[in-house]
Amino acid sequence: MQIIKDGAIVNDDIRHLADDEAPAAGRFTVSFERWQAEKAGLAAAGVRLRGEHAVADIAADLPRLELVVVEFPALADGRGFSHARLLRDRYGYAGEVRALGGFIRDQVYFLSRVGVNAFEPAAGTDLQALLPALGEFTVNYQAAADHKQPAYHRR
Amino acid sequence: MYQYDQYDQTLVDERVAQFRDQTRRFLSGELTEDQFRPLRLMNGLYIQTHAPMLRVAIPYGLLSSRQLRMLGHIARQYDQGYGHFTTRQNIQYNWPKLEAVPDILAELATVQMHAIQTSGNCIRNTTSDHLAGVAADELEDPRPWCEIIRQWSTLHPEFAFLPRKFKIAVSGAAADRAATQVHDIGLHLVKNAQGEVGFEVLVGGGLGRTPVIGQTIRPFLETQHLLSYLEAILRVYNLFGRRDNKYKARIKILVKETGIEPFTRLVEAEWEQIRDEMRLADKEIERVKAFFAAREYDAAAAADTSFAERQAADPAFAAWVRHNTAGHKVDGYRAAFVSLKAPGIAPGDITDAQMEAVADLADQYSRGEIRVTHTQNLLLADVKQGDLHALWRQLSALNLATANIGKATDMICCPGLDFCSLANSSSIPVALDIAARLDNADYLYDLGDVRINISGCMNGCGHHTVGHIGILGVDKKGEEWFQLTLGGSSSNDAFLGERLGPAVPKAEVGTTVETILKTYVDLREGEESFLETVRRLGIAPFQETVYANH
Repeated sequence: MQIIKDGAIVNDDIRHLADDEAPAAGRFTVSFERWQAEKAGLAAAGVRLRGEHAVADIAADLPRLELVVVEFPALADGRGFSHARLLRDRYGYAGEVRALGGFIRDQVYFLSRVGVNAFEPAAGTDLQALLPALGEFTVNYQAAADHKQPAYHRR
Repeated sequence: MYQYDQYDQTLVDERVAQFRDQTRRFLSGELTEDQFRPLRLMNGLYIQTHAPMLRVAIPYGLLSSRQLRMLGHIARQYDQGYGHFTTRQNIQYNWPKLEAVPDILAELATVQMHAIQTSGNCIRNTTSDHLAGVAADELEDPRPWCEIIRQWSTLHPEFAFLPRKFKIAVSGAAADRAATQVHDIGLHLVKNAQGEVGFEVLVGGGLGRTPVIGQTIRPFLETQHLLSYLEAILRVYNLFGRRDNKYKARIKILVKETGIEPFTRLVEAEWEQIRDEMRLADKEIERVKAFFAAREYDAAAAADTSFAERQAADPAFAAWVRHNTAGHKVDGYRAAFVSLKAPGIAPGDITDAQMEAVADLADQYSRGEIRVTHTQNLLLADVKQGDLHALWRQLSALNLATANIGKATDMICCPGLDFCSLANSSSIPVALDIAARLDNADYLYDLGDVRINISGCMNGCGHHTVGHIGILGVDKKGEEWFQLTLGGSSSNDAFLGERLGPAVPKAEVGTTVETILKTYVDLREGEESFLETVRRLGIAPFQETVYANH
């Protein structure tokens, strides 16, 4: 499978395990609930957060996570934007933050600004067509996870 | 006023390019209607009853003459020769073609205008006092703060997909002319005991289906912390606001269900974490304030004697001065309203030719600037008293000098069923009918200040809840009926109107309003205003007269 990571289309072998699926060899992610229940004995590479979860609840685990997946069940659910921002700015997380699911091309730029560096859109999405969205704007007024200072400091 | 530099201009130009591509993808079938909807809404484009409706942002209601000329040009070139000013100080076009919208936005960008975030579940156009910068009762000009908020909120990456829309209003004067108590966030410039200027922050107000008066979340916020505090409120709202029911998704419901004290603790805890890193630089505050710095005023303006002489000689001019001009902080100047409430004209509507003419008048008499009021009129804020007579004559020739500002015929009215696909009743004909019944000027003036607000549906775009007389269109088995409320206000004494009783059929709204006003005339004591009479007596005497024959 392919995803967008750090501005390029790359192969990705990670599996998103269902809660009743036994951990297999290779890299995998688990749901927030499963992580909370089984994390001591789980060699998961990443945890999947949905809107209703709190980043604070996995803050202590971040050093052992290769990636945090922010799930977008629907494009209108904007909670994931705050989750990504908190992961980067509040908890200083330097691993992969991946947007997964129902986001659309026109959210990609905003997602990249709040700290998402990997994009795994709905199956069948043309990744090549998503790439230009990363550079749709060359100026931003406000500070975010990408620029720590607002534009006015450069004026 | 604020002038774009390369950053502002680049951003708006890139937004035009982005929307042009989105429109192209939709028209070519790459995007479905469902996928295109949130994108076009973020740019103020609705699909309405007759055609797409485009809402263009007028930040805090301030326009240059060049911008107003462009709005007139767009009305003529792309629409049917008119535009409609709204309660959010914006303008709406009712007849643009979808495929032309990218070109309209490109034309707007040439005069530093856009339609960014005029719709959608994001931070909308920040509104303010139409007398900002010239009001005698002003503590500090709110517009630099509005501009700072505009820049922070424009394409904010974290808050573009909120649970629901989000509206901020800023007032810097003793009298609240910006309805700050009925906004998601209301900011009021205040002085603390040490004499420092800061903000009283209100949260959780709003109109619509569940009208609520906002509550104070922080009595005094240092100005340097403005953006961090707003960001803290928005983050709490984005994370915890309800997303299961769009009618319960506004921040007012979150504040109500959480309780103001627990909600305040959430916001303050978030704010603690970000306040230092987001502190506003003094240099930036000064940079923005410089665009709005006090102007040079002509010290000789007050020496003019023609103003008093012409009022004495011409009662029609005197009436216009009395009702359609407001006091100015500088002696010898007044702020002059351009009434968009002439008989037979839909409230807030203006033609292309009128827009161009008002732009010329602004150049001639008022430093080339025009303000849009949230009551759907225009204002020329800096007119020398000696120029008012000439201005009045020219406005009269344009049908823009109906002397009714603040009076019962200066109604706020939404577009209603005639244009809007949400509405369930036609509000404009009701407004025109009421105005026609109040065509006797002596009677109109005798009634004093009366705010009549009309909404074509419970979404409340016509602010009916805070009208002294509120009129709300409801659908009863396919027929248009109207629910009346009395005693509402969006000023310092903010109050939600009380329901008078059963709805009345459309044909009876006009006579019902006449009965209410007649009842006031019969019951008022001395100089008591309509609102004061309603507050003193309650609605019972009005119910008696209105429903006497039912």
